[in-house]
Amino acid sequence: MGTGDGGRETGVALRAVGVSKRFGVVRANLGASLEVRRGEIHAVVGENGAGKSTLMRMLAGMYAPDAGLIEVEGRDVTGWSTREAIAAGVGMVHQHFMLVPTLTVAENLVLGQELTKGVQLDRAGAEAAVRSLCERTGLTVDPRRLVSDLTVGEAQRVEILKVLYRGAKILILDEPTAVLSPPEVVELWRVLRRLSSEGGTVVLITHKLDEVIEISSTITVMRAGETVGQVRTDETTPAGIARMMVGRDVRLAAEMEMDGGRGTGDGRAALRVAGLTVPSSRRPNEVDNLSFTVRAGEIFGIAGVEGNGQTELIEAIAGLRAASAGSISLGEADLAKMSVRERSAAGLSHIPEDRHRRGLVLEYSVGDNLILGLQRRFSVNGALQRERVQANATRRIREFDIRPPTPALPARALSGGNQQKVVVAREMRGREYSVLLASQPTRGVDVGAIEFIHAQLRSARDAGKAVLLVSADLVEVLALSDRVAVMYEGRFVAVLDRGEATRERVGPLMVGVETGDGGRGTGGSAEPGGEV
Amino acid sequence: MIVLAFLVQTLRIAIPYLFAAAGGVLSERAGIIALTLEGWMLTGAFTAVLGAHYSGSPWVGVLCGVAGGVLAAALHAVACIRYRGDQVVVGIAINLLAVAVTRFFLRLAFDSSSNSPRVVGFEFGTGDGGRGTGVLASLANPLVPLGVLSLVLVWWILYRTPFGLRLRAVGEKPEAAASVGVAVHRIRWIAVLGGGALAALGGTYLALEQHQFTDSMTAGRGFIALAAVIFGKWEPRRVALACLLFAAAETLQIQLQGLQLIPSQFVEMIPYVLTIVAVAGVVGRAAPPAALGKVSE
Repeated sequence: MGTGDGGRETGVALRAVGVSKRFGVVRANLGASLEVRRGEIHAVVGENGAGKSTLMRMLAGMYAPDAGLIEVEGRDVTGWSTREAIAAGVGMVHQHFMLVPTLTVAENLVLGQELTKGVQLDRAGAEAAVRSLCERTGLTVDPRRLVSDLTVGEAQRVEILKVLYRGAKILILDEPTAVLSPPEVVELWRVLRRLSSEGGTVVLITHKLDEVIEISSTITVMRAGETVGQVRTDETTPAGIARMMVGRDVRLAAEMEMDGGRGTGDGRAALRVAGLTVPSSRRPNEVDNLSFTVRAGEIFGIAGVEGNGQTELIEAIAGLRAASAGSISLGEADLAKMSVRERSAAGLSHIPEDRHRRGLVLEYSVGDNLILGLQRRFSVNGALQRERVQANATRRIREFDIRPPTPALPARALSGGNQQKVVVAREMRGREYSVLLASQPTRGVDVGAIEFIHAQLRSARDAGKAVLLVSADLVEVLALSDRVAVMYEGRFVAVLDRGEATRERVGPLMVGVETGDGGRGTGGSAEPGGEV
Repeated sequence: MIVLAFLVQTLRIAIPYLFAAAGGVLSERAGIIALTLEGWMLTGAFTAVLGAHYSGSPWVGVLCGVAGGVLAAALHAVACIRYRGDQVVVGIAINLLAVAVTRFFLRLAFDSSSNSPRVVGFEFGTGDGGRGTGVLASLANPLVPLGVLSLVLVWWILYRTPFGLRLRAVGEKPEAAASVGVAVHRIRWIAVLGGGALAALGGTYLALEQHQFTDSMTAGRGFIALAAVIFGKWEPRRVALACLLFAAAETLQIQLQGLQLIPSQFVEMIPYVLTIVAVAGVVGRAAPPAALGKVSE
């Protein structure tokens, strides 16, 4: 307080000047700076690996910077601890929730600042405190529920409550909308606006430009660990921000929506799924009696909040998960009984949703990752032919602009976008295929690589391939798809042609809310189990 | 009378399991694999005998037993927490080390490769603690109620105290605990040292009841206790029941052996078969603390 006058006069809540941080050989921040005014909603944007999260974590006291200055309310707090940051009213909501799933909402909120009765925990007191905080902020959630039972949106509410419980006046959110459905995003914006109108300061990391424009008043753009600049939101455009982020002109997915469908969709049926039911560990019908057809020369997009059976559907088609009923056929071939390798030989290619779990062996080199599953073609009598592997790697790296262009580098050393390019290069060029499963193809990938991957998907479509696209990013589904299915609780609640599939129409369907004219899709019957 | 004798013997056999399992729950709920229960017990048994031998007091024996267990646990904690060693590898190493070190000091202190001289125990009343002196006399050992209370104490700590809340958070999601200012490493240290102390009390009980230390005398009891922790799904009340179940099986084995109805080789298998069946997930899959065995920065 005493030394807070500097900040008080200028209205600056948070300031970082010339902050640098490196982890081993990786330079996360290099002279980054940031200035956030009290009471504003300030967006920090940049590609993956631009150093946004690292900078925020230093502000929140999780790391100490190697160099530079961090001020809160005019006070030099460089290198403070999480505890000190919390005490000073700086709280961070992390991209990956920092909640303990086996504890209740109330327990998560008080963790580290427990209320006590004697030496014992005061549970009733904690629950009462949570209830009154819920009332005050309008963020409601039952304090007795286990966090593992909450939906993603509810869990995020708990995260925000947790930070507010600790008396945060400056709220830092790292990619808060990455896991939310459109209505949940609207709800989040409402909460953030309310906080800011009550004098709270909000710093928001995102790489979704439409969100930036919608919610923020000021934008700081970061690139390669540095701050490129700060602009007022009402003085810029998405294209302008993208140019600052990437350093060149970029075509944005949102602009592509206007391109119109080039896919004719009148090709022969390439992938046919009929009456497919897939169980998961949670329930017997994670995919519930689903039928649809993807035609050659179209992109069939599945929109939906994650966890509505998309993962299980794709894994069942790819042969990674057993279905309990139904058939899957690719052209004339019946896939249901085939192994993963046989399906691949029959013409199926698969960009898996989690590149770390399914797409790459992180310890293998880029060159070896580029031939995963194709190794037989690169070997003679059981021995790999190294020169051919190397030649293949050099070629793909050039075609896909994978950086750094070093085939021997382990995949782990690449950024998310470049890792994804390795997977895409292998799945789309490494083998002949007629049907491509593209699951979350641009998740955690920077703007430049998104543009590139989208172009690849379009050209595959134009070359007559059938593409089944699953994405949690509605903008992406709408931008690419010739037909859009909305998946909810294991079924398609609607299948819409490109023209009908708008954000306004699809958003509510994603959370199971029928719009007035629901089910009118000309793409076919949306009846569960009906042929689409 | 037979029932009473069965129950009393079950309880006597269960005491070391209860102590060790209490230590195991404490350590594992904080995210550190308690594979070293065996080593902690053995070390505790040996240092307890040392203390009792040189002081002539069982209470000094208990204190020394706890100190030995804490020391062994400290070694585990340094390797696993400070130096982020692989917990399974470290656990195996410390178990082997405990066997070797106790054997070495057995030779050094008592000039024997098999057993220590007789030391005092907790026997009260008449006789020398032999079979004929009434079954209840054997329960007049202060470690018996302590053993019963150990899991109650651990339950209370875990679910009723702020420390316990933090400990559970650390074992499930240490990064979440750290993000709200909980000192993850300190909590794990306390949990492991506490676990070592409790497990060592189990070893101490064994040694004082037998009035001596014999080479490798814990004979796998630490592992059975660990099995009870898993069988009880890391929840103190269930773990206590698991300990009693395993002890009852062992009692049954001893009594059946006397009857000679079934070949003794099969009878002797009972506790181990039961352990395998239990841990193999016959009673439903157990979900361990999510951060168990994971290195935390």
